[in-house]
Amino acid sequence: MAMTLAEKIIARAAGRAKVSPGEIVTCAVDLAMIHDSGGPRRVKPILDRLGVGVWDPDKVVLISDHYLPATDEESRNIQRVTRTFAAAQGISNFYDAQGICHVVLPERGHLKPGMFVVGGDSHSPTGGAFGAYMFGVGATEMAGVLATGEIWLRVPDTILIEWTGSLGAGVSSKDIMLFLCAKLGMDGGRYQAVQYAGEAIHALPMQERMTLSNMAAELGAQAGLIEADAITADFLRATGARIDDAMIWRGDANATASEHHVFDATTLDPQVAAPHSPANAAPVSSHAGTKVDVAYIGACTGAKLEDLRMAAAILRGRKAARTIELLVAPASLRDQEIAQREGTLDAILDAGGRLLPNACGICAGYGDTRFGENVTAISSTARNFKGRMGAASSQVYLGSPYTVAASAIEGRIADPREHLPEAPV
Amino acid sequence: MSGRAFVFGDNIDTDVLAPGRYMKGPVEELARHCMEGIAPDFARTVRAGDIVVAGRNFGMGSSREQAAQALKILGVSAVIAKSFGGIFLRNALNLGLPVMVCAATDDIRQDDLISVDLINGCVSNETRGVTLPAEPLPAFLLDMLADGGLVPHLEKMLASRRATPS
Repeated sequence: MAMTLAEKIIARAAGRAKVSPGEIVTCAVDLAMIHDSGGPRRVKPILDRLGVGVWDPDKVVLISDHYLPATDEESRNIQRVTRTFAAAQGISNFYDAQGICHVVLPERGHLKPGMFVVGGDSHSPTGGAFGAYMFGVGATEMAGVLATGEIWLRVPDTILIEWTGSLGAGVSSKDIMLFLCAKLGMDGGRYQAVQYAGEAIHALPMQERMTLSNMAAELGAQAGLIEADAITADFLRATGARIDDAMIWRGDANATASEHHVFDATTLDPQVAAPHSPANAAPVSSHAGTKVDVAYIGACTGAKLEDLRMAAAILRGRKAARTIELLVAPASLRDQEIAQREGTLDAILDAGGRLLPNACGICAGYGDTRFGENVTAISSTARNFKGRMGAASSQVYLGSPYTVAASAIEGRIADPREHLPEAPV
Repeated sequence: MSGRAFVFGDNIDTDVLAPGRYMKGPVEELARHCMEGIAPDFARTVRAGDIVVAGRNFGMGSSREQAAQALKILGVSAVIAKSFGGIFLRNALNLGLPVMVCAATDDIRQDDLISVDLINGCVSNETRGVTLPAEPLPAFLLDMLADGGLVPHLEKMLASRRATPS
């Protein structure tokens, strides 16, 4: 019986020869990722009540990213609880203020194809870009995983989303995802496994693929998988991950998808999602000219090294409009350091960008830096729900890093294709 | 359980249920701001036993379980919706908040008196005298709910493992 990639990984984790969509199985977890918000401060009281510790500290990765910078006593206390937990439980894979968990986890070599991974954050499907089955859970469920090393799962069916052709200049994976949110809806993923395929997908660098898997969350999918290829292997090799069996983790050619959607990347325009839903996406021309006050390049969705490079390609040698506040919060310290070395960061800062910490920042909406009353922003992040990133009266448009950068130059929503540097002759 | 219906639309997100700016404080304080972005009176007017009724994709968005916890703290006895955000649904059950999928929630109006039968999978609208079909939960989740959620369920499980060493 043929199996999809999702079914193969789940079968292996469940210790079964095969599984079928709809079955409920119990899986052994290969890795659990937790952060400072849903992590120690929420799970420690539960583990204490159960009278147990973490089932296997070497299979836990702890990353602080939500309540940073810790500017008040509550946030400082959360960071203290986080550090104390790491020490008490013997969690050596603890990344304190190194960047956002979904970006730090693969950059430090913790992911590889075929793994079954649980993350304490809704954007955990990001790990699917590496051919791992990774999904998000809440804190109590995570406490159960940390106590037992196991989790139940309803075996998902696979929704195959194929992109043919190739993306045009100034168009990115973020545009693909905004298009899909509008096309399929915020529940189009039905909490099943989305799998991205096609030549347009496999032409993308790893961090662009991560944006696709990341925003599987916005489609309401449990996971967002991409089969590993040579680009995956190169990325993993550079992180020091062992990749001996990476390439065996593929679905069978004759495996059955419950839905198969095919789209042409060649004709995709840059997309902008209007307030207050990613599903309000339309070609940028629908919103071009809308005045914005803030341009935000941030978060795991929109401020990885590849995202910073897109913004820099537009902003290099240019200035943001004087009416605009251009903010950039690189998704990880390591990505920021590379961007600094290669001149990417300077291109953004020289255009007038203000550098913010390597943390979830305005996207999570937990900290002091939030959009004020009646502010209109364009953001490279994933969610523009009402009141998430600031005042309920703030209006957040979503776009790609290219589109955010072009809009920063014009002071209004702009088509990035009109701001691309001349192609070399 | 039975109670008064509090009716919401589609795609109620976790930022509305558990606003981010209150996330670092005590969850009891956060609960007072539950839904305030779309229904400012909800947290003040909802009473113990009331049932939240919604359209599609209730609880979409973040994994923050405070979204479900806030409803429980406010005394909501169950949530029925056409569909749920997957993580929210798991969180609610883990915290001992009953949830059930019911395709016919359009037939319920604000303040209708309804009762929810989790075991047989149906919702009775006592105000209108109609019974609406719903999807019963799998038996193992009903067991977990009966224990009060995942933590008491695990306590029981770990205690029985300790009692019978392998």
